[in-house]
Amino acid sequence: MAANGTGIGARVPRLEDKRFITGRGRYTDDINRDGQLHASFLRSPHPHARIRSVDVAAAKAAPGVEAVYTGRDIRKFVPTSDDLTEEDVGGLICGWMIHSKDGSPMKAGAHPALAKDTVRYVGDHVAVVIAATLRQAQDAAELIAVDYEVLPAVVDTARAREPGQPEVHAGIANNTVYEWEIGNKAETEAAFARAAHVTRIDLTNNRLVPNPMEPRVAIGEFDPGEDSFTLHTTSQNPHVARLILSAFVGIAPEHKLRVVAPDVGGGFGSKIFVYAEEVVCLWAARRLKRPVKWTSDRSEAFLCDAHGRDHVTRAELATDADHRILGLRVHTTANLGAYLSTFASSVPTYLYATLLSGQYAIPAIHAEVDAVYTNTAPVDAYRGAGRPEATFVVERLMEVAARELGLDPVAFRRKNFVTTFPHQTPVIMNYDAGDYDAAMRKALELADQGGFPDRKRESQAKGRLRGLGYSAYIEACGIAPSQAVGSLGAGVGLWESAEVRVNPTGNIEVLTGSHSHGQGHETTFAQLVSERLGVPIDTVKIVHGDTDKVQFGMGTYGSRSGAVGMSAISKALEKIVAKGKKVAAHVREASESDLEFTDGKFQVAGTDKALGFAEMALQAYVAHKFNGSELEPGLKEGAFWDPTNFTFPAGVHVCEVEIDPETGVTTVARFTAVDDFGNVINPMIVEGQVHGGIAQGVGQAMLEGARYDESGQLVTASFMDYAMPRAGDLPHLEVGMTVTACPSNPLGMKGCGEAGAIAAPPAVINAITDALGHEDIAMPATPAAVWKAARRARLPMAAE
Amino acid sequence: MAQVSMTVNGKAVSGEIDPRTLLVQYLRETLRLTGTHVGCDTSQCGACVVHLDGEAVKSCTVLALQCEGAHVLTIEGLANGSELHPMQAAFREHHGLQCGFCTPGMIMTAVDMVQRLGNELADKTIREELEGNLCRCTGYHNIVKSIAAGARDMAAAPMKQAAE
Repeated sequence: MAANGTGIGARVPRLEDKRFITGRGRYTDDINRDGQLHASFLRSPHPHARIRSVDVAAAKAAPGVEAVYTGRDIRKFVPTSDDLTEEDVGGLICGWMIHSKDGSPMKAGAHPALAKDTVRYVGDHVAVVIAATLRQAQDAAELIAVDYEVLPAVVDTARAREPGQPEVHAGIANNTVYEWEIGNKAETEAAFARAAHVTRIDLTNNRLVPNPMEPRVAIGEFDPGEDSFTLHTTSQNPHVARLILSAFVGIAPEHKLRVVAPDVGGGFGSKIFVYAEEVVCLWAARRLKRPVKWTSDRSEAFLCDAHGRDHVTRAELATDADHRILGLRVHTTANLGAYLSTFASSVPTYLYATLLSGQYAIPAIHAEVDAVYTNTAPVDAYRGAGRPEATFVVERLMEVAARELGLDPVAFRRKNFVTTFPHQTPVIMNYDAGDYDAAMRKALELADQGGFPDRKRESQAKGRLRGLGYSAYIEACGIAPSQAVGSLGAGVGLWESAEVRVNPTGNIEVLTGSHSHGQGHETTFAQLVSERLGVPIDTVKIVHGDTDKVQFGMGTYGSRSGAVGMSAISKALEKIVAKGKKVAAHVREASESDLEFTDGKFQVAGTDKALGFAEMALQAYVAHKFNGSELEPGLKEGAFWDPTNFTFPAGVHVCEVEIDPETGVTTVARFTAVDDFGNVINPMIVEGQVHGGIAQGVGQAMLEGARYDESGQLVTASFMDYAMPRAGDLPHLEVGMTVTACPSNPLGMKGCGEAGAIAAPPAVINAITDALGHEDIAMPATPAAVWKAARRARLPMAAE
Repeated sequence: MAQVSMTVNGKAVSGEIDPRTLLVQYLRETLRLTGTHVGCDTSQCGACVVHLDGEAVKSCTVLALQCEGAHVLTIEGLANGSELHPMQAAFREHHGLQCGFCTPGMIMTAVDMVQRLGNELADKTIREELEGNLCRCTGYHNIVKSIAAGARDMAAAPMKQAAE
C-alpha cells in the first residue's frame, strides 16, 4: 500500500468528519442569502379534487407577505424582460421512456410545478406564499381560501386498473402508464408445461418513505445584472438538476444556471429528482429579484418526497424432477403515484425485471409489469430501486420452493447457482464475474449455521420460536453504460466526469461529478489519488456539488460513484502521470520513454536522476525548461468514463430471528452479511454502507409501511406513525466480504451502497416464516402481524 | 416581541424575539449556530438535542423564552478549542457518522448518557438510551461502538467541562 497507509484498502478515518462532529457542516438550510425571503407552500388536503377557485387576497394582505402565486402565475418570462408570456413554465418530466408491449409510448400525465386546475394527491402543490419570515409565510398560507370540488380517488395498487376506478389523469385509460414485458413468453410457457413442480407466491412489496434525516431545502436566486440564476438545493446530482431545469422546465439557459448541492444529509434516491419547490423558488426569485428559500418540514417530506417500492406481484417458479430451475414467470403491478417522477418509469422495468434471474441459471424468464397511476405521492427510486423488489421475488420463491420440495434451502440455491462467467441471463444482463458459492460458504460460517439447532432448542425451551432465513442477492450497479441505457429508453448518458488539478505547490484538487451525501467520497476518492500519485492524503481535496466548479457530472445513485466516478478520476490521473513524464523529461533532460513513475517520483531508468511529484508540478507551471510549442505549461487533466457493462455485486445475507408467540415481538437475534463488492477502497466505509443498507432492509421487513387509507389520506405521515428503525430494533451486524474483481472498470469495483437494502428483506421474512412454519405473512412483519400469524400456525382452524 | 437572555456556549446572549420562537430556531436563525439540526416536527428524531443547564433536551420542544437565564451547550461548544471532546473523536474513529445530519444530536445525547450512567455502557443500554435519536445512514452499529468507546475515553481523559 502506498503513501503512508492512506492508499487503496486502508481504513482511513474520514477527512470530512471534522466539520460534521463539530457542528460546522454546511447543509442547505444553514445557508442564508442577503435579502432572502421565505416560501411556504399551500398543499392539497384532498387526494383528488378540481380547483374551482383560489382566493389569495387575505394572504397577500397579511404582514410581511411579498407575493402569493398559484399555478396560473408560473409562466415563462419574455426574454430580456420582466414581463410574463402566456406560456406556462415547463412541467416536471420523467426522463426514461418506456414502451408498452404494443409499442405505444408510456402515458405521461402533465405535472405542473403548481397545480392549475386539479390536485391529484394529498400534499399536491396548490399555491406558494413568499414573505419576509418563514412564520409570516406559514401564517399567510392559512389565509388562502381554495374552493375544491372533491373527486373520487383511487389509492389501491392492485385495483387501480379495474374498470370504473376514477381516472387520475383525464384520458389515461385504466390509470395505466404502460403494460411492459421482458423475456421470452413462449419459452417460459414451454418450461412450465414440462415442470415437475411449480411454486406460486403472491407478494406485496410495501410502500416506503425514504426519510433521509435532512429534509429537502431549496434557495433560488436571480442576478439581474447577469440574468443568471443560482439554486442551492439538497440534490444527489446537481448537474442533472441543472440539465432538467434548463432543457425541460425552461427556467434558464444551462450556462446561466448554477446549481449547488453543499453538504447533503442523506438521499437514498429521494434527492435524485427535480421537485416542484425548486422550480417555484427559482421562478419566484426572478419575479421578485430576491432570494427565495424553502425548507421542508418532516410532514411535507412524508407527503411529497417521492416514495419507494409499492409492488403487487404474482410469481411462479418451475423446477424439474432433479430440482433444477426451468423457468420463472412474474406479473407485477407497480404503483407510480399521481405523477411520473424523474426516473419513476425505469424503476419497475429495467432496474427490476432485469435482475429476476438472481444468482441462478434460469433458462426461461417472462415478466410483465403494469404501471399505474393512483392518487398518492409519486413513487420513484429508493435505495436499491427495483433490485430490492426483484430480490424479494426471487429469494422468497427460492425459499418457498425449497420448503415445498423438502429440500435444504442452501442446497437448492447451490444447485442452481450460476458458476461460469460471463453468464447471459434471459433478461438482458450479462453477469461478468462472481463466486456465489464462496459468499455462501463464508456466510454460513460467520452466521454459525451449525449452531442453529442448539439455539433453536434453547428458544423452544423458553417458549419462543426461532427461524433462519437466507437471501442470495445480485444487483446491477455502476449505472451505467450509456449505450445500453440509451437503447432501453434513458434520455441521458450515464457516464461520469472528473478533473484533476495539480497546483504549482503540488497539492491537488479533484473535481468530480459524483456527489457525496454520506458516502465519504472526500476520503475514498482522495485515497485513490494518494495511492496513484504517492502523495500524502492531506494534500488532496475533493470538490463536488457545484456546477460552477465541477465541469460535468451525472451524480450519485445506483452505487455508481466508485465504479463510474472513481474510474473517471483514475483515467484523469493516468493523463496527469503521462504529462508529468513529459515535464520531468524536459527538466531532467532525459527521453520521455526512459521515465518511470513510482512511489511519487519520476525516475530516469537506470540512473539516480529523479524528480519528485511536487517538484514536477512546480516545473509544469514555472515552464522555464520548455517552450509552449513543444509542451504546454500547466498540469490539469479531465476525463469522462463510460463503462462497458453494469457491475454485479452479489452476496448472501443470513437472518436469525426469535419470536415471542404470545406477543408477536420479533427480535433479530443475528444478522450476517457477506458481500462481493469487487475491490474495496476503504473497508471501514464499505462496512458502514452495508450496516445502513441492512437497517433500511430490516426496516422494510419489520417496521416501515406507508399507508394511505381508502379515502386517500396518508395515515403514516410522521415519525409518530411511520416506524423508522431505531437503535433498539437492530442487532450487532456481522459483516464479511469476498472479492472477485469487476472486469469492466480499471479499479475492479462493483459498488456497495444498496446491498443491505436489497438483500435484507427476504432474509428477514424467510427467517420469520421458517420460525412460524408457514408462509402467510406480509411486510412489514409487525408484532401484531406476527402474533396473528403465530396464532394461525398453532391453531390452524382459528385463523383471524 | 419579548426579551430573552441566556448563556450559550459560555457566551452571554440576549435579544428581542417573537414569543413563539423555539430554542432551536433561536440558535439556528438568530445566533446562526447551525450545528443543531431540525429533522422532524414531532420531537422524534433528536437531531436538535442540546444541553440545557447540563441536561440533554430536544431544542425543538423548548421555547427560547423558557431558557431565560439558562446555560445552553450546543455541538459548537463541546470541543475544548481545537481539541475534540472524546465523544466527538470517538465518532470519527469508529465511523459513527455518514451524512452527519443526526450527528450533533447523537453526540450531545451520548455525552448526556455518560454523565448520567457512567463510563462503562453496555451495548444494550446504549441502544435503549438512543430511543429518541434517529439515524437513517449507519444502522446504528458504529454509533453504538462510538458511544461505548467515547464513554471510556471520557473517563480516561476527563476534560474540563466544556465552556458552559
